[in-house]
Amino acid sequence: MSDKTEIPNVLTGRHYTTGNHAAAEGALAAGCSFFGGYPITPSSEIAEHMSIRLPQVNGHFVQFEDEIASMAGLLGAVWGGSKSMTATSGPGYSLMVENIGLGMMTETPCVIVNVQRGGPSTGLPTLVGQQDVMQAKWGSHGDYEPIAISPSNVQECFDLIITAFNLSEQFRLPVTFLMDETLGHMSERLVIPTKAKIKIVNRKKPTVSPEEYLPYKTGKDLVPAMATAGEGYNVMMTGLTHDERGYPVISAEAQEINVKRINDKIRLNKSKIIKLDEYMLDDAEIALISFGSSARAAKGAVSRAREKGIKVGLLRLITLWPFPDERIEELADQVKTILVPEINYGQVTREVERAVHGKTEVKGIFKLGGAIHTPKEILDEIESRVK
Amino acid sequence: MNKENVELIEAHDHPLDGYLREGRIPHIFCPGCSLGSIMTVIIDAIKEAGFDPKKVSVVSGIGCTGRIAGYLNFDSFHTTHGRAIPFAIGLSVTDPERKVIVVSGDGDLFAIGGNHFIHAARRNADITVICVNNFNYGMTGGQVGPTSYIGQFQSTAPYGSQEEPFNLPDLAASCGAVYVARWTALDVRRTKESLVEALQKKGFSFVEILGSCPTTFGRRNQLAEGKIILEYFKEKAVLKHGVDTRYVGITKNSDFAVGKFVDIEDRETLTDHLLHLQKIAKESASKGVRL
Repeated sequence: MSDKTEIPNVLTGRHYTTGNHAAAEGALAAGCSFFGGYPITPSSEIAEHMSIRLPQVNGHFVQFEDEIASMAGLLGAVWGGSKSMTATSGPGYSLMVENIGLGMMTETPCVIVNVQRGGPSTGLPTLVGQQDVMQAKWGSHGDYEPIAISPSNVQECFDLIITAFNLSEQFRLPVTFLMDETLGHMSERLVIPTKAKIKIVNRKKPTVSPEEYLPYKTGKDLVPAMATAGEGYNVMMTGLTHDERGYPVISAEAQEINVKRINDKIRLNKSKIIKLDEYMLDDAEIALISFGSSARAAKGAVSRAREKGIKVGLLRLITLWPFPDERIEELADQVKTILVPEINYGQVTREVERAVHGKTEVKGIFKLGGAIHTPKEILDEIESRVK
Repeated sequence: MNKENVELIEAHDHPLDGYLREGRIPHIFCPGCSLGSIMTVIIDAIKEAGFDPKKVSVVSGIGCTGRIAGYLNFDSFHTTHGRAIPFAIGLSVTDPERKVIVVSGDGDLFAIGGNHFIHAARRNADITVICVNNFNYGMTGGQVGPTSYIGQFQSTAPYGSQEEPFNLPDLAASCGAVYVARWTALDVRRTKESLVEALQKKGFSFVEILGSCPTTFGRRNQLAEGKIILEYFKEKAVLKHGVDTRYVGITKNSDFAVGKFVDIEDRETLTDHLLHLQKIAKESASKGVRL
């Protein structure tokens, strides 16, 4: 068999599979050609599947010595010209955050999947958690504005990881794909469309000669064109604060320009990035705000409450970062209570409290990890508000 | 300086023109530091090795030596502390034609980055690692490091270093490096010739260059000038090609070996393995791909 043999990267058709496998196939469909990772429960199936599939489609799978190396290797592969991904869980993500910061500062597009388990520390390796929401926002030091996307079903693990790749390419930054153990290991129907129906975004390439190219000069969109190694542009990349040439400049003035831009390119484009799913919110007097696996139980609770005539709806956060402050504040004007079911001790709840500016009551419905909510647990909270 | 002289100087091309980034010189290195001449040797070696400059990438970690990548006019990457090697692996595997060179210091490569070094050597990653060993953490003010010899004074070893240092060539050899050499910054001719060999080698090649750091190493150890450190190297270095790397550790005020210690042929590289995997994965997939 020749090396030119084409094995499809898009497995068009109907499947019954897990979230982890769907995420891996979605990455391949998005054009991912490099995976660097380290085994960790409950994400290992993604690495395993990539180790089978990537070499089939002319890509590379490298199992590194730890998550620090995985994240560094990922960035290297991107600067080598590829689209790249890693997958991990909380402890591994903790080791990756320094190089995620390097990716933010150097504007390196890539995707990091975090299949969340219960923490802190080793916590609950085999059981669900949603405790890394704030880590996805604040994990690395310094100011940066991340993107984090949270799927709620197996189909979304496929569809939205393509979105994650596309956003990382469009805005040039590492994007975190926040799954959770329940989602990673559950099986559902997955429909993979034809390759032609999948929208792919690629990083902007320089249109000027190497002599004229300034690697961090941008237009109105604040996103620079990206030359990668081997293209004759003599790429200059540093984690130090840098100017348009990519040269290190250690000054308050350079910092202001550099750091402001890498934040503003996301802040000013929030409306293009944020995806929400609204369910029965039109006439709602109580709103649930949830995401990931928790949102499934929340949706069940909405249906049951509606059967009882309670006007409740669900705002499901597909994009966790940047946070949809504006929509939540609008909702605060409409409803008398916002309930936030999440598998942690109050991470999205705190953001919702911030966003509503005291306009309405906000209450978290917490589970500390190890199990998803039952719809009844959420329904009980809803009913306690209407008695 | 009169006008004619200025014109005369400007009329001359510098031999490194085009290889150093415009506007990045002068560099930050201290007077008496050997990194300037080591940078020249590295450029000379890259030129002599005959690579297409477009296909050369230089990767550094953090520290004084870690600044070298940013001065060189190739694809250059200044990464995080200790992580130059895994970054370089990502660059390397995405283009088998690419020559990836890691240039970093002893603390960066062997303390915080030690795990990556041993695994990259084990995998036989297609990279050349050049370690400038100055026996201490220079940029942060002269703390003791993993190559500080017993009895060496540093800011965090005020009573003299107590711990056994790494013998870097032996570490590299025992982990599978296909090319291992050590030189001093004084011996630029042999260093260059050796670097050319290392760069042309497939797989994981390693060259240790003992560098002079008068500012944070020398002045605490009765070697307060770059020249004095280089004279010390000249006095103590003994050329011993092919010597058993177990016996090349460096101790205080003793002779030490320089030379080419390891040069192995035909060890399959990480790139070889990855390309082979593509072949067998496709063969397997030709019977049908399933999710």
